[in-house]
Amino acid sequence: MSEEFKIEIVNPEKSFLSKDDVTEVIVPAFEGEMGILKDHISIISFLKPGIITIFSKSGEDKFYVEDGIVEFKSNNLSVLTSSIFNLKEIEKSKLQDLIKIAEEESNKPEISDQSKYLADQKIEVLKTLN
Amino acid sequence: MASLDDLKKRITSVKSTQKITKAMKMVAAAKLKRAQESAEKGRPYSQKMNNVILNLSNGISDKDNAPKLLSGSGKEQIHLCVVMTSDRGLCGGFNANIIKKAKSHFAKLVRVGKELKIITVGSKGNDQLKRAFGDKIIENISFKNSKNANYFDADKVGKIIIEKFEKEEFDICTIFYNQFKNVITQIPQAQQIIPLNTVDDENKSDEIYEFEPDEDEILNNLLPKNISTQIFKAMLENSASEQGARMSAMDNATRNAGEMVDKLTIEYNRSRQAAITKELIEIISGAESL
Repeated sequence: MSEEFKIEIVNPEKSFLSKDDVTEVIVPAFEGEMGILKDHISIISFLKPGIITIFSKSGEDKFYVEDGIVEFKSNNLSVLTSSIFNLKEIEKSKLQDLIKIAEEESNKPEISDQSKYLADQKIEVLKTLN
Repeated sequence: MASLDDLKKRITSVKSTQKITKAMKMVAAAKLKRAQESAEKGRPYSQKMNNVILNLSNGISDKDNAPKLLSGSGKEQIHLCVVMTSDRGLCGGFNANIIKKAKSHFAKLVRVGKELKIITVGSKGNDQLKRAFGDKIIENISFKNSKNANYFDADKVGKIIIEKFEKEEFDICTIFYNQFKNVITQIPQAQQIIPLNTVDDENKSDEIYEFEPDEDEILNNLLPKNISTQIFKAMLENSASEQGARMSAMDNATRNAGEMVDKLTIEYNRSRQAAITKELIEIISGAESL
């Protein structure tokens, strides 16, 4: 029996990625990283800044996301995100820019606890990539 | 009758206008292709988003405590209308259609005694609404500097709307935009985004979801995003519609200019012939009288 399911990543501009030979996906869900295998229960969750790892027959892909929603239903995984970067294609300078933006946000005086947490999370993840 | 010189001048001026409209048509056609593509590519996102929200709102346990963005503020007194138009003219009935739709909606609201507030996106809409509803316009947003519709801009508009909603400045929010059907048809749309209309559930599923964290928190996070997404969708549809409308308007203008040039040329030739005949008659009758 095949252990594969479908994944689709869409951002507001276009359908970012679509694959149907995925064996496992690890998403940075809000309450901790979550691995999704075939026949997972239907779930909706949202993402915190982190790395999405996709294991498929054709290899392993890694993406950096800042936010988003995941929906898993009848072996279809949809990821909706407004900011996603393929780690293979992302450049060092772009990473630096992202860190800078996140740091600025984190240091704002009137920031709420939740956005501060998110910004710190961004910095942490980005620094490990660097 | 106009003199030969005048006719000649008019012909050249119409011809140069035709050149401009032709060039504008070409540019619009090229831009249309890109805008249409991005409108089509942007659809899956807003559709998926809608589906997720639909599933969520079906699964929500405590309807009374649902987030206000979903259930509304409980009143229907103050209406906020976001009228989305283009920043540039010469696109046929594109802006006029949206304005017409919006104005009839405004009139309806005023008739039943509702309070009206307007946000205009795009300078053309502001220009046209300023006269009749100037005191109702609370904000004018324009993205003259951004080349294409992008999510960042939409997010800005979305945040303004949500901020106003949280301050209880309005109860119901409707956006007006043109939906792109094809190059010659654009349908002006009025879409209510706050509170969210969940009546059209074609894709309703009875699937039971697991939520992490719980429904309320997800909804609270998702709904503001959905507002921006809907606005982004409207912006994409609008920009495709704008180029489509401009293309067909410029196509018409080019054709009309061509017809005009033909007519003027015939008139020019006639008067030239008339002048020659007149001269000939004068010469002949002059010779005869000798």
